[in-house]
Amino acid sequence: MAYDKFTVLKSTAVPLPIENVDTDQIIPARFLKATERKGFGDNLFRDWRYNGDDTPKKDFVLNNPIYSGKILVGGKNFGSGSSREHAAWAIYDYGFRCVVSSFFADIFKNNSLNIGILPVTVSPEFLDKIFKAIEADPKAELEVNLPEQTVTIVGSGEQESFTINGYKKHNLTNGFDDIDYLQAMKDEIKTFALQREF
Amino acid sequence: MPTTLFDKVWDSHVVRKIEDGPDVLFIDRHFIHEVTSPVAFLGLQTRGIGVMFPEKTFATADHNTPTINQHLPVADPLSANQLKALETNAAKYGISHWGLGNPKNGIVHVVGPENGITLPGMTIVCGDSHTSTHGAFGAIAFGIGTSEVEMVLSSQCIMQPKPKRLRITINGKLGKGVLPKDVPLYILSQISASGATGYFIEFAGEVFESMTMEGRMTVCNLSIEMGARGGMIAPDETTFAYLKGREKAPKGEAWEKAISYWKTLKTDADAKFDLELSYNAADIEPQITYGTNPGLGTGITHNIPAATDVKDGAASYKKSLEYMGFHENEPIIGKKVDYVFLGSCTNGRIEDFRAFASIVKGRHKADNITAWLVPGSHIVESQIKEEGILDILNQAGFELRQPGCSACLAMNDDKVPAGKYAVSTSNRNFEGRQGPNSRTLLASPFVAAAAAVTGVVTDPRELL
Repeated sequence: MAYDKFTVLKSTAVPLPIENVDTDQIIPARFLKATERKGFGDNLFRDWRYNGDDTPKKDFVLNNPIYSGKILVGGKNFGSGSSREHAAWAIYDYGFRCVVSSFFADIFKNNSLNIGILPVTVSPEFLDKIFKAIEADPKAELEVNLPEQTVTIVGSGEQESFTINGYKKHNLTNGFDDIDYLQAMKDEIKTFALQREF
Repeated sequence: MPTTLFDKVWDSHVVRKIEDGPDVLFIDRHFIHEVTSPVAFLGLQTRGIGVMFPEKTFATADHNTPTINQHLPVADPLSANQLKALETNAAKYGISHWGLGNPKNGIVHVVGPENGITLPGMTIVCGDSHTSTHGAFGAIAFGIGTSEVEMVLSSQCIMQPKPKRLRITINGKLGKGVLPKDVPLYILSQISASGATGYFIEFAGEVFESMTMEGRMTVCNLSIEMGARGGMIAPDETTFAYLKGREKAPKGEAWEKAISYWKTLKTDADAKFDLELSYNAADIEPQITYGTNPGLGTGITHNIPAATDVKDGAASYKKSLEYMGFHENEPIIGKKVDYVFLGSCTNGRIEDFRAFASIVKGRHKADNITAWLVPGSHIVESQIKEEGILDILNQAGFELRQPGCSACLAMNDDKVPAGKYAVSTSNRNFEGRQGPNSRTLLASPFVAAAAAVTGVVTDPRELL
């Protein structure tokens, strides 16, 4: 699946200061019945976002018009639980291009990178600064610079670097994906497969 | 250089190492099911590419399937559509498919091992996080996303950075009433649901060495809940005895050759791990969770901890207890239960049904309990009948349902209603996991059985 190239993203952000936000909250299992990848954004955080009668829950951040933007800021261990890529699809489909947290669950992080969402891991201290900046001003902007590997709170200029492996960075900045890469090495894979017993 | 079991299996599957990037890892076995594969097949179609090694992929229907009247057409049109898509895609690309009604159908992580598809030393993936189950055989097995399902279909490889190594050693002997399920729940309560993120676990020590294959599968199944990519246990005579004669396991000369290879799959004496943890078997009592992630659990006789005593942040912890309707410092024992679920890839195997039956035998289901007893496969279902377990269950007022994932993730009709409490042998107690606003307490088949006959959270040791 091709996706938008990612270089520098300057945007306001949506704060979700909760730990262990699991994939069942991001997209509940009952919405996994589609056979095509579309429309998942409508059900992003479905049970936190809506009451049983489909009216919006006033106290949930996605229903608060003062918060918006392409960056989602979550608490520690964001995306824990299932391998369902639908969670990343829902975040992307809703309009987020970047998730910032102090700690990501492994598979969620991989899934995000594979579909063009940049997961940015910052220190717990910097995460706290981001939450405070947004609390003080919901229109506070963050700048996520992938080529430079930095995240900046625009208002105060406070900045932190993040790590990402070179291969994934190259893919994201060029809009390439792993399948393109693997298709180019099929002969090498076939030769390798012949050596395997099973 | 001395190496770990994990390194031996991983390194022998690296097709190419990318500098400052992931390894290209060759995959021996790929399991697919109806939920996470349709978009991957669409991707192949869009790109105009095919399946590279269809004989290395196995399809089974499990997540969406009803657990009653499986001979009838599936009522939910969306579920029926997904099941149909799996069938059509499997046929189109020449992938073997055990759909609904097939005598080998069942939960992917139950049917793989019981048919000898899962073998030591393999790399195994599936678009389901509990693929970690197969690590019980000394395989590297983990869950992948749909983009990766497409990768494996089209190239039999995935691209992964190599995880760090964690060894968890538990020596000693498990006490009375303590089942394999209690072991990972105990570890989870010690290290939290993110305690092993970034690692691949090797479980070692007397507790795992003396455990059955089914128990080892339960342990490895829950390694994902610790945040680990997967968990594995070195293959030994228990492993070989389990595999011998299984349909797709090697036979004759190939079996002998396989055994001599499998015997090399162990961690060398001086091999280094990035992290080592160890616990004593004697400290583990029957466990139960009280919160909304699998790390929020405790021994069944303990009180629910105070916010100050848990690793999760206080705000998240309080939100979790509020959701559950529980309070800090109160006992978990004696809490009223509404539903009991025995099943899932964690505890849907024959030993789990034997354990459950050993407690309910001669007793009767409590009136306030709705019990869903769901075998992990048709083969397990047959064993339950052949061993006379079904009679015991029926005499105690229970019914047996048909195989599938069922109330573990409630994609089918088996949903726990809002506000109700379920003691569940499955693997996740997330908010709404078993149905919107349902409340899940994870536990072993013994604890589930004790709740099923008493109607409240009960220490199973009192009933043994």
